[in-house]
Amino acid sequence: MAQKLRPPVSEKDHIQGSVHASVELVEYGDYQCPHCGRAYPIIKRIQKELGDSLKFVFRNFPLSEAHPQAFIAAVAAEAAGRQNAYWEMHDLIFENQESLERLPFVDFAKTLGLDTAKFEEDLADPALAAKVEADFDSGIRSGVNGTPSFFINGVRYDDSWEEKRLLEKLKKSVIKN
Amino acid sequence: MLQKGTPAPDFELYCTPDQKIRLSEFEGKKLILAFYPADWSPVCSDQMALYNEMLKYFHKYNAEVLGISVDSRWCHMAFAQDRKLHFPLLADFEPKGAMAKSYGVYDEKEGECQRALFVIDENKNIHWSYLSPIGINPGADGIIEALDDLTNSKKS
Repeated sequence: MAQKLRPPVSEKDHIQGSVHASVELVEYGDYQCPHCGRAYPIIKRIQKELGDSLKFVFRNFPLSEAHPQAFIAAVAAEAAGRQNAYWEMHDLIFENQESLERLPFVDFAKTLGLDTAKFEEDLADPALAAKVEADFDSGIRSGVNGTPSFFINGVRYDDSWEEKRLLEKLKKSVIKN
Repeated sequence: MLQKGTPAPDFELYCTPDQKIRLSEFEGKKLILAFYPADWSPVCSDQMALYNEMLKYFHKYNAEVLGISVDSRWCHMAFAQDRKLHFPLLADFEPKGAMAKSYGVYDEKEGECQRALFVIDENKNIHWSYLSPIGINPGADGIIEALDDLTNSKKS
């Protein structure tokens, strides 16, 4: 039986693309996971290809024991989100994945022109840590067993996420809808 | 494979090079048993890494997790150190697979444990069991559902 996304996507999620898109792709990812790093440009190209037909959602699934900076990276993206720069930070983190060990998040905030004092305050806000933990919790309940894990229109996608295969599957879902 | 409602068979196995662990030591606790084929193989490692991240969640349910394979205690020690695992791995090594056999999850052909999960309640009865396809990491959604179910049934 295919596993279902729990809870479904809501306004609490970070959504990229049209809310009314016919296909919804959710990724559970870890900012320090090399596979997620490899998936990042693939998703970008797929978003470009599908345009308004695709809604993309990223939920955090940091494996902190294996990746010591994954959790704080997730909080950093949420903190940037408070200054309307969630996706900009998301992109910067993945594009500089190899540098995360030296905790470059405040520099990233500076690069994005954010209020760094506010950003640093938010980095330490337990509410944002709780949000990342809630994502992790939803991942567990949705049957996420590693990263990246994908859900298409709320159903677990277990096939390969190499560009051609994933794009094909998403295109088929567009047609069906 | 033992099913819901069956008393959990006792065991006494090495969890470190000089320390054995028994079922009766988990008095008043829920227990998650994760049988897996082998240390170091890719799928098992991901599965154990996931449970390692989830210890905090399991503890919220007053539950402990144990990993079990036929690997020796020294192999387990190296594996746990390499992957920074913070929960015990039991060596079902001598007589080989005895615990897995008592739970009905021994693969005679491969000489390894099957990939199987059990949730045991505070009274040492099996509350939930699941046999996963050998190549698939079963995640933890089933475990959490079973723990939720145990917690809720106690309240009502």
